[in-house]
Amino acid sequence: METERLQRAIADAGREGRRLEIRGGGSKRAIGAPRDDAAILDTSACRGILAYDPAELVVTVGAGTPLVEVEQLLADNGQMLAFEPFDHGPIFGEPEGKATIGGVVAAGVSGSRRLSAGAARDHLLGFRAISGRGEAFVGGAKVVKNVTGYDLPKVMAGSWGRLALLTELSLKVLPAPRERASLMLEGLTDAEAIGTLSRALGGDCDIAAAAHFPQGTARADAVTLMRLEGFGPSVEARLAALTQDYGGAVLRGEEERALWEKLKTLEPLADGALLWRIVVPPSLGWRVPKGLDGFARRWLYDWGGGLIWLTASDPEAPVRRVAESVGGHAMLVRAAPDVRTFVDTFHPEAPAVAALSRRVAAGFDPAGVFASARFAGGADAH
Amino acid sequence: MATGPALANSAPPRDAIVAAMRDILPADGVVDDAAGLRSYESDGLTAYRQVPLVAVLPETTAQVAAILRWCHARGVKVVPRGSGTSLSGGALPLADGVLLVLSKMRAILDIDYANRVAVLQPGIANLAVTQAVEAEGFYYAPDPSSQIICSIGGNVAENSGGVHCLKYGITTNNVLGVELVLMDGETVRLGGTLLEQQGLDLLGLIVGSEGLLGIVTEVTVRILPKPQTARALLLGFATIEHASQFVADVISGGIIPAGMEMMDRPAIHAAEAFVGRGYPLDVEALVIAELDGPAVECQHLVDEVAAIAGRNHAVSTRVSHSEEERLSFWAGRKAAFPAVGRLAPDYYCMDGTIPRHRLAEVLQRIAALSSEYGLGVANVFHAGDGNLHPLILYDANRPGELERAEEFGADILRLCVEVGGVLTGEHGVGVEKRDLMPVMFTQTDLDHQQRVKCAFDPELLLNPGKVFPTLRRCAELGRVHVHGGRLAFPDIPRF
Repeated sequence: METERLQRAIADAGREGRRLEIRGGGSKRAIGAPRDDAAILDTSACRGILAYDPAELVVTVGAGTPLVEVEQLLADNGQMLAFEPFDHGPIFGEPEGKATIGGVVAAGVSGSRRLSAGAARDHLLGFRAISGRGEAFVGGAKVVKNVTGYDLPKVMAGSWGRLALLTELSLKVLPAPRERASLMLEGLTDAEAIGTLSRALGGDCDIAAAAHFPQGTARADAVTLMRLEGFGPSVEARLAALTQDYGGAVLRGEEERALWEKLKTLEPLADGALLWRIVVPPSLGWRVPKGLDGFARRWLYDWGGGLIWLTASDPEAPVRRVAESVGGHAMLVRAAPDVRTFVDTFHPEAPAVAALSRRVAAGFDPAGVFASARFAGGADAH
Repeated sequence: MATGPALANSAPPRDAIVAAMRDILPADGVVDDAAGLRSYESDGLTAYRQVPLVAVLPETTAQVAAILRWCHARGVKVVPRGSGTSLSGGALPLADGVLLVLSKMRAILDIDYANRVAVLQPGIANLAVTQAVEAEGFYYAPDPSSQIICSIGGNVAENSGGVHCLKYGITTNNVLGVELVLMDGETVRLGGTLLEQQGLDLLGLIVGSEGLLGIVTEVTVRILPKPQTARALLLGFATIEHASQFVADVISGGIIPAGMEMMDRPAIHAAEAFVGRGYPLDVEALVIAELDGPAVECQHLVDEVAAIAGRNHAVSTRVSHSEEERLSFWAGRKAAFPAVGRLAPDYYCMDGTIPRHRLAEVLQRIAALSSEYGLGVANVFHAGDGNLHPLILYDANRPGELERAEEFGADILRLCVEVGGVLTGEHGVGVEKRDLMPVMFTQTDLDHQQRVKCAFDPELLLNPGKVFPTLRRCAELGRVHVHGGRLAFPDIPRF
């Protein structure tokens, strides 16, 4: 059986002091320091839809199943992964369609709807995995409501393969909205846009996603978007209320989707420069590019200002210091290999938190089979 | 790790512990008299009682850290407690442990409307958070039934749910950060006013850890704008199957109601006898479906849901046309537990989750078990998310009935796991379901969970005896291959 083969491979590596790098579609392999210390452990054999009953709001899939296959199945049944996962391929100039569901969850990839519907971690209900000990184990369950034991799905989502090889995932799914439309405001400065989004998000129009494209990114003029989703009459009523308060134009159909798509492909930032992913308290988002002054080249805001994708001209740009100054953190997503060897991928954690993370990781993987030169600091510092 | 603690068998005498606590806390922060301690002997699971060695009520994070540091250095066990409403014995004291009561730390530290978060001390009541922000049009979504008194810190420990969690999530989906004091007295911050963390999601581990990993001294929660309106439907069905199919059809029809509750015939009759709001009495299942949002959305969905009910042979359909009417639909459901409580001297509330499509079968088998054990049962059900609360009726004064009720309950939970569900949907494992954990998890599964405990509290001093049926010493768990070597808790009472 496939699981047994993988289990043996991991146990052997642990015994022999070798390292393994878990790889699904490889869409994120250009993230992190280049490494040559690990053999690739491929998840493609863990592929397929294992169980799906739309009325139960749960789908169980092999971790190596392509994201597009899962999304197509759900779409055929009028459902979706509400955290709006995306494929990293286009960010690295590669075609879409390589990312696997396991890779998306292991990297904690959440798109624009994270603002209203929660992140990848909020939708992973249960899993099967093989830990660095070479032992198969489960966490969570296949029902939407469960508090039995520690919530291991949370720590597995976003762990970047450092604890265990996910083999099977049970994900919460939700009905896809029947209608969607966005209100577009034009010509706002970053500070005006974020202020407007903060006010609107505090109102009762149930905004699903909120973004701002500064001047010259999506269009010549700056564009601020508020996306509404749901049942037709409700979307129309909320659009009317928002328009009354903020003015602007209503976008629908392809034009609307194309703009939001830019926050998945990051096409406006596809200039090969260093790409940072910065998470900050939403209302303070506008301060980050401002604080980086000449270092910031182009940037986009998602999550009402709480997520900033930013390109920088210089690896020495004080991105982390500026992010910290407003209470946030920054991840280096795209850079030349030599830059990735000396700039950590993840924001350094407080020493006590880093120590705790290392102890948690050691519980799953005492021999460091999945520890990696790819991610210095954090759970992998040895 | 700093220096390890002394061995547990050389724990200091009670007088020394009390004196040390008095050094750390003001006079009214230490309770050591018999009468005072008795008020802490139990939580919401009242069949289990144990007077703590001493109860301490810190007012600051620094005091919490000082208490834990002292206890850690001397191998003294600590049990945290919020408002004491746990239904699984999560806050059951230990005879040789310090009970750390967070009820004095109940301040709201910050409300940040621009970022839609509130920063709270752990002792504040759940409902008080909503009350603090409702004038600005906001609320805190998780609404466990004990929300008037249950604390936010307790909600974090238990990952509490409520009737609206299918649409709005449970505690873990609504908490963005915590300040946490570890057993060795170190204070760490996880998360904050941010929608995503980097590194391992330790925050996700803390929520729902039942007080085993650390003491939460500050919580950052999301607050949400209140929906414009809410409407409810009260629907009667002649069979459980019809009601179940109705629920499935609503959800597969793309509608996620804000709340969707089901009651069986005994629960309907008990509720109606108690509050008298005109529930239909000639039905086998009653469903309350609540829809919220803009008025036009509610009207649209009320029509759709009513049509689905019609297609599923609803025998009675009422739609709320006023806030008063909506609340009257809920009155019986919200009073269901005390109403059922009038049917017998005692009741025992269970909390499994099942795949919803197995509901009819599960209820039939519960009915069969009910005859077998000779104990009545009424069922209320968070129908949207499959969380089932069978209420077992018994009389603790009759010899053997409590034990029978507990065996009946354990059989129900085994049944939930057998059909693909779980032991607990929202009440937690605590001491109550601890010994059933192997029904759902293998020893290998449990070992992987217990190593998380060891990463946070290697000496197993924090809330020991909860959640895990057997706890090996962490040193043994640390080995890659462990053979036998189970260490039972000689000092934890078993029931």
